[in-house]
Amino acid sequence: MSDTNVRTATIAVLVENEAGILARVVGLFSGRGYNIESLTVAAVDEEKLLSRITVVTTGTDMVIEQIKAQLDRLVPVHMVNDLSLAGPHLVRELALIKVVGKGEHRVEALRLADAFRAHVVDATTESFVFEMTGHGEKIDAFCALMRPLGLAEICRTGAVAIARGTAHMAA
Amino acid sequence: MSSTSSATAVTTDQRPGAEVVLRALKDQGVDVIFGYPGGAVLPIYDALFQQNAIRHILVRHEQAAVHAAEGYARSTGKVGVVLVTSGPGATNAVTGLVDALMDSIPVVCLTGQVPTHLIGNDAFQEADTTGITRPATKHNYLVKRSEDLAKVIHDAFYVARSGRPGPVVVDLPKDILIKPAPYTEAPAAGVEHRSYRPVTEPDPARILEAVRLLKRSERPVVYSGGGVINSGPEASRLLTEFVRLTNMPCTNTLMGLGAFPASDRRFLGMLGMHGTYEANLVMHGCDVMLNMGARFDDRITGRLDAFSPSSKKIHADIDPSSINKNVKVDVPIVGDAGRILAAMIECWKSDTTPIAKEAQAAWWTQIEEWRTKNCLAYVQQGSIIKPQHAVRRLYEMTQATGRDTFISTEVGQHQMWAAQYFGVEKPNRWMTSGGLGTMGYGLPAAMGVQIAHPDALCIDIAGEASILMNIQEMGTLAQYNLPVKVFILNNQYMGMVRQWQELLHGSRYSESYSEALPDFVKLADAFHARGLRAETADQLDDVIREMLAHPGPVIADICVAKDENCFPMIPSGAAHNEMILGPDQEKNARAVTDDGMVLV
Repeated sequence: MSDTNVRTATIAVLVENEAGILARVVGLFSGRGYNIESLTVAAVDEEKLLSRITVVTTGTDMVIEQIKAQLDRLVPVHMVNDLSLAGPHLVRELALIKVVGKGEHRVEALRLADAFRAHVVDATTESFVFEMTGHGEKIDAFCALMRPLGLAEICRTGAVAIARGTAHMAA
Repeated sequence: MSSTSSATAVTTDQRPGAEVVLRALKDQGVDVIFGYPGGAVLPIYDALFQQNAIRHILVRHEQAAVHAAEGYARSTGKVGVVLVTSGPGATNAVTGLVDALMDSIPVVCLTGQVPTHLIGNDAFQEADTTGITRPATKHNYLVKRSEDLAKVIHDAFYVARSGRPGPVVVDLPKDILIKPAPYTEAPAAGVEHRSYRPVTEPDPARILEAVRLLKRSERPVVYSGGGVINSGPEASRLLTEFVRLTNMPCTNTLMGLGAFPASDRRFLGMLGMHGTYEANLVMHGCDVMLNMGARFDDRITGRLDAFSPSSKKIHADIDPSSINKNVKVDVPIVGDAGRILAAMIECWKSDTTPIAKEAQAAWWTQIEEWRTKNCLAYVQQGSIIKPQHAVRRLYEMTQATGRDTFISTEVGQHQMWAAQYFGVEKPNRWMTSGGLGTMGYGLPAAMGVQIAHPDALCIDIAGEASILMNIQEMGTLAQYNLPVKVFILNNQYMGMVRQWQELLHGSRYSESYSEALPDFVKLADAFHARGLRAETADQLDDVIREMLAHPGPVIADICVAKDENCFPMIPSGAAHNEMILGPDQEKNARAVTDDGMVLV
């Protein structure tokens, strides 16, 4: 176990879908000084009243082990899974990106969007809203290209992640 | 609601919520609650008035209610119960809740809340209690539906007492307390929680690994903490059996005192910042360390990169998040201390790994040599009372009474002297605020202990500064005729603050001298208690004798040397083998580093 190498961990947390659960998780991170790079949460099982949180964090192995143990210690937490350690997994993020511009910039934005497989979900004569999903880095790259072309607004969900293959989380 | 239980009976008749609350408490075995009334909890107080099963102890401040419940819990092993009103009632309780969280004490705190339809409207005496107490508790609940009421209370007790124990808040809006609610029986087989399932049974493979490591060890040590006490008296018995079976040296943390008898020759005394010379050098020099239910707190480890540099570390803890938090360990064992100790004893007896007997005998020779340093020696001469001498005489004279004795302390120098000089033989007899270090803890804690053990001798070893933080509880002692003895080591300073200022801040005693102390004898009188004072060494025994003999509450004001420091001491940022043994050495001690200065 290394206490000097900082790594990024994508952690999936299955929790009770109850009032205050997000505050418990976020409060844990702020109270203990852990990083949150992104955090997403939504109900995933209406019948069993379960929500799933995906949190991307960074720290040394010792800190990440602590983060997982502390999350697991919360009473309404069912299961904590460090996808980065568990094996191959998919990470996806959705972004809505508004580009405002005219003339040649518009054409170039549209051309690049096509190359990145971003969809146009709203258009006016002076703007586009692109929707794209993918790994965070792909969205970063697309946003960087849009910047000189009139990038006006970015909205991102943060990462969601799931293991490849048959392995799955169930409460 | 987060728990399901297959066989819970729900009654069809509905009673007002307040009555349902009391019934649930009764079913959980509660016989006493510590509380203070107010608008939002009036329905519960009205229900309390109309029954006899549960006794209510009226405190004078909500913080004290929680400490009293902690004292009750720590001395009985049961869950302590608190009842306070909304808003200021709840916020006043927060210090007590964090104290219980840090020291893993099972407490259920019922807080009143404004009615559900007013929540969020800044109503009178409204506070976001679940928001405020979220990081102050193991878990908390806000009951918004009458049908959840009984079940939430059963759940709260289960969470408070199971796994690593801790405080749980149940926030109760006033309309929920008034409206009719169904009753749900506590599941006979115990609550089975959907998401919370603490591991208590240890992994046998780890037990074997630990036992073999210890048998081959040439310089072993057992370092045990509050987890053994929390596991129940049987765990302390097993710890004693294990240490005697293996003949290993044993040291306790501040929280663990009493888990192993202080009079046993294998006991090294407390370890850590004000631990004994031998305990700290054993920790520094050992080759295998068995941490049983302690958490490598910074008061124990000193400078982390110099902590026990050549040892393999076995860490047994019920809380997986304690493992590898501060110190990397070689053999982690998750489980209940009692079960782990039972398994280790069995494994020790059946495993055939040869024991490194010769090396261990040499280790004991080394330890005996360290012991000759006699690091707790002090000289009592002249008329000024040494605080160490006062605690020692208190110990000897209480021993002579043969009475079952429970000690609580406040926080500071007197606390450390009590830990060093008042030998604790049995578990659940030592109540102190370890993790949070809450001045004002000792008097209400002693009150809670006395409620649980009406015939026992309950002594709060206090400082004159700490005692003033919850002095109002003298009123509670008077009301219930609780014969708690408050033994104040009065040096007119916030002694530990003064000691640090002497050591780290050039003896600039900034705001650590109490200019206008009350006359504690008159103060006792005002609260219908007996006040006593010892000003000179020749008066000490008489005062202690009179204090112990008096059937009611007593404040004994012991005027002690003002400039005495607490030794041994490992300065901030230093290692175990860099401890200061006494005032002569203090001047020559390695200067505290800049890194050390920032530590508390």
